[in-house]
Amino acid sequence: MNAKKAAAKPARGHPRKAAAGAKSRPEAGIASIDELMAYAYALELEAAERYAEFADAMEAHNNREVAELFRKLARIENRHAEQVLEEMGWVSPPDAPHGGYKWEGFEAPESGDVTELHYLMQPYHALQIALHNEKRAHAFFGSLVKQARNAKVRKAAQEMEQEEAEHVRLIEEWIKRTPKPDADWAIDPDPPVLAD
Amino acid sequence: MTDVKKGAGAAARTSVSVAVTGSGGAGVMTAGNMLLAAAAKAGWYGLMVRSSGPQIRGGEAAALCRFATHPLDCLDDRFDVLVAVDWENLHRFADEIPLDSASLLVGDPAQGNPPEVYVKSAARYAQLGIKGIAKAISGSWPNMVVLGVAAGLIGLPKDAVRAVVEKTLKKSRDGLAPSLAAVEAGYEAASRIGGDAKLAPPGPRSEPRWLISGNQAAGYGAVRGGVRFVAGYPITPATEVLEWLAPALADVGGVLVQAEDELASINMIIGASFGGVPSLTATSGPGLSLMIEALGLAVAAEVPIVVVDVMRGGPSTGIPAKSEQSDVSIAVNGLHGDAPRIVVAPNSVSDCLVTTQWAVHLAETLQSPAIVLSDQFFGQTRAVVDRPPDATYAGRRLTAAPNADAYKRYAVTESGISPMAIPGNPGTAYTADGLEHTDRGIPSSGARDHTIQLAKRERKLLGHEYGDFWADIEGEGDIAVVTFGSCTGPVREARSRAAADGVQTRLVSMRLLAPAQADRLAKALAGVKRVLVVEQNHSGQFLKYLRSEFQLPGEVKSFRRPGPLPIRADELHHQLVDWSRA
Amino acid sequence: MTTATARPTVPISARDFKSDYNPIWCPGCGDYSVVLSFTRAFASLGLRPENTAVVSGIGCSSRIPAYLTSYGFHGVHGRSLAAAAGLKLARPDLTVVVASGDGDGYSIGGNHFMHACRRNVDMTYVVMDNHVYGMTKGQPSPTTEPDWNSKLSPGGTGVRTFHPLVIALAAGANFVARAFSGDPSGTANVLVEAIKTPGFSFVEILSPCVTFRPEQREWKNAVRPAPVGTTNDPARAARYIMTDDGFNLGILYRGERAPYQPPMGRGNKQPADLEKGFAI
Ligand SMILES: Cc1ncc(C[n+]2csc(CCOP(=O)(O)OP(=O)(O)O)c2C)c(N)n1
Ligand code: SF4
Repeated sequence: MNAKKAAAKPARGHPRKAAAGAKSRPEAGIASIDELMAYAYALELEAAERYAEFADAMEAHNNREVAELFRKLARIENRHAEQVLEEMGWVSPPDAPHGGYKWEGFEAPESGDVTELHYLMQPYHALQIALHNEKRAHAFFGSLVKQARNAKVRKAAQEMEQEEAEHVRLIEEWIKRTPKPDADWAIDPDPPVLAD
Repeated sequence: MTDVKKGAGAAARTSVSVAVTGSGGAGVMTAGNMLLAAAAKAGWYGLMVRSSGPQIRGGEAAALCRFATHPLDCLDDRFDVLVAVDWENLHRFADEIPLDSASLLVGDPAQGNPPEVYVKSAARYAQLGIKGIAKAISGSWPNMVVLGVAAGLIGLPKDAVRAVVEKTLKKSRDGLAPSLAAVEAGYEAASRIGGDAKLAPPGPRSEPRWLISGNQAAGYGAVRGGVRFVAGYPITPATEVLEWLAPALADVGGVLVQAEDELASINMIIGASFGGVPSLTATSGPGLSLMIEALGLAVAAEVPIVVVDVMRGGPSTGIPAKSEQSDVSIAVNGLHGDAPRIVVAPNSVSDCLVTTQWAVHLAETLQSPAIVLSDQFFGQTRAVVDRPPDATYAGRRLTAAPNADAYKRYAVTESGISPMAIPGNPGTAYTADGLEHTDRGIPSSGARDHTIQLAKRERKLLGHEYGDFWADIEGEGDIAVVTFGSCTGPVREARSRAAADGVQTRLVSMRLLAPAQADRLAKALAGVKRVLVVEQNHSGQFLKYLRSEFQLPGEVKSFRRPGPLPIRADELHHQLVDWSRA
Repeated sequence: MTTATARPTVPISARDFKSDYNPIWCPGCGDYSVVLSFTRAFASLGLRPENTAVVSGIGCSSRIPAYLTSYGFHGVHGRSLAAAAGLKLARPDLTVVVASGDGDGYSIGGNHFMHACRRNVDMTYVVMDNHVYGMTKGQPSPTTEPDWNSKLSPGGTGVRTFHPLVIALAAGANFVARAFSGDPSGTANVLVEAIKTPGFSFVEILSPCVTFRPEQREWKNAVRPAPVGTTNDPARAARYIMTDDGFNLGILYRGERAPYQPPMGRGNKQPADLEKGFAI
């Protein structure tokens, strides 16, 4: 296999959407508020867990500033998840739908991509990741609006979509307040030290 | 030992040595084995060493046998009788089968003249057309004639030989009668030849006796020690350990796996032992070399394993089927890092059993790798021995209790031994690691953790009470012989001959090579003025090790020679006597 | 061996299979997601940490056992399959998963790879393939492209790449799959099937090394589900895999070969019974 070439030139005719394959979006459409909110809960919770992992990773690599930021994002997403529980009056997390959640991509749309991390990354980069995630979440609920099987679900999905739009806006503002990194932010004069 | 002076006439001997030789298809090994079995049946002790040319089939072969009224640990210096079916390449055995003027050479003039070296030895040459005799008895084999001749010459009761032939050929109804006839013809020829190689009648049999090889004994010792998982890769002269263990383990609920190489076999046994099952592998020098890295893993991760190294001539492929004690250095030192390990060496064929069992016990108790330094002589020699004592070793692997509180796999304890959690045990999951680690097993390159864990692993081994089994210590006198392994047999004989000459000596045959028992050796050598260190290798590996870890009192001399020739009692005897008079 | 305790009734969640020890991997490393896949697969199979063992060799990827709450064995470079086989053969009651990298598994451990496939012990072999030696700072591995430039092989090795999936098939693996670390749920599903399938299951996980192969971040855009389904015909699977570009994901082969498991624990003789063979 020649992964280098393939990687450099993302395979034509196989865009990322196709990769979702078997786990395409909940195509049949969501039929109940319970199901919709279970999706919302899972999305927020997985995002929170991912940010917590990111925070751990940054902490282990002495990037406290970004670790703190991810920790904060994790708290925010955790709050969102709790809000879903509260709104629904659920005392315990909802069960996953039969056959598991079906997301558009590989993962829940608000979960950050591990490979985007860098040990020297700055808050600006972390917020870019967050922005990307919120945008994906926004798009996800947008598509649920389109597929909703009844008006009640559609309305609820629209509310979620608006909420995510608000999150996008908040992150964008946050980014405005955050200094842009210099061009050489990723440069480390020392070589890596791994060595088993 | 030739206990009767050369040519002293008809007085029966307490030890007699017989070699039978022949090339491809002559069946001399079978004859030797049957001779040994018959001697055992008759109540004698005996041993048989096999020697052969480089050919895989059809080459010249020799069965080197010695029989005695007392237990035997080695071959004699010379042979009383050599029965040769033919002369093909017989000269190649000249060093291994020394004859002298008191020896008897039985051979077939129709096959030509005996080799020059044997003519020069001045041994009495008794001409016997072995193949012709066999040919005259339809359906018989020359080796059955050889069996009869050899048995007759040493005075082996015919009943015992007949019983062994019947047992061996019980499935071949047609073969039995001609074979018995050939044995009979051999006996007749022997009575015509005469000679003074008759062995004295056996003493009363007190213990039950076994006919066993060192490799089988090691295998059985492993099973008795509790080993239930073995992985191995075939290699001369260790393969028989594995071959004996394969069905034996199945019988007792264990498993033997043939691995793809020695790297796999040692890592497999480490994996199995991590799983809680006492595990072992057997190999020889080339295999041991491949196992070194993983032995270090067993040290660092504290996984008990046993490696039986049946030493052969080295380095590299060396001399595969011949004995040499040349893996001492690799066994005691051959790991990178500060890697304490256990090294034990059996000092007789039957001791391969108890010492291997002990090695399992030590490895399990100390959660450490143990190397058993056997050698080709022990491994492939078949010997009639008293049934070895039942060794019971208390201690076992210290394991963690279910849901042990705040479990730490490598907890620092006074003894250095920490409870090992066995997979399946709830609440104590941990990762065993060859990386230096904290007491929890978390990788750490910190100076503190390294120092603490190094010291813990060292303490485990140094603090253990090994008991008197660490060495066989015999005799008094201001000359001491320090040796180990298969040199012990000839040293013992040399000492008793020296004693007959009025020279008293001490013997220290070390069974525990590592960790070094410096205080114990010092005690054993107290008052000694001269130390003779005996070993079978070229560079004096054992002596170098002794010098590095022990204080040797007085004048120290090295007696050493590499394989393949055994170190003989005679030369040691002279060494001791000469030195005592110097 | 196995301590008899009451069967626990509380199901174990994926999170319970994570350890509290923080990975030392570079932030961005694909292997972080593999931890997630392991924990999800273990939880969804209803495994218990005490009855699960993860065995590894040496490399960044081989650090994974410490990041999991299960029995772990972090051995020497290239020998994880041997250690795992020993463990499984001695303890057939355990679920054994082996974790490796493309250097550990295909280069220094290449011989064991073939023989593990051939032997077909019931365990799952996961290779986190990043086409590079991560731990030793970026040397080419058997799956590195021949023109990949590195300090040790300036201008590239010029040596063609190794094809692990086809080799696994030819050597007799009973289950062959390719997964992608960036798809932790998909990977977890593959692992579930791999662990459930008796015999030797081989799962290659494409897992980017962002430090030495930052271009592998693009793998997420290159991977796709294989357009063919699972077959039980090794020849068909081999032909397909030989011609794919290395980015088709899925369970590509599942056979029905019985695993190798000698009857550990069946014989019930006493050691002393063996003495009969020695007695005169
Ligand atoms: C016997 C031995 N040789 C070499 C090494 C050095 N070494 C450690 S990891 C490694 C390569 C690891 O590469 P890979 O298996 O691809 O794992 P990755 O780090 O990429 O996950 C090497 C060569 C070693 N530890 N032991
Ligand atoms: S060097 Fe590469 S493989 Fe190793 S931890 Fe870093 S990103 Fe992962």
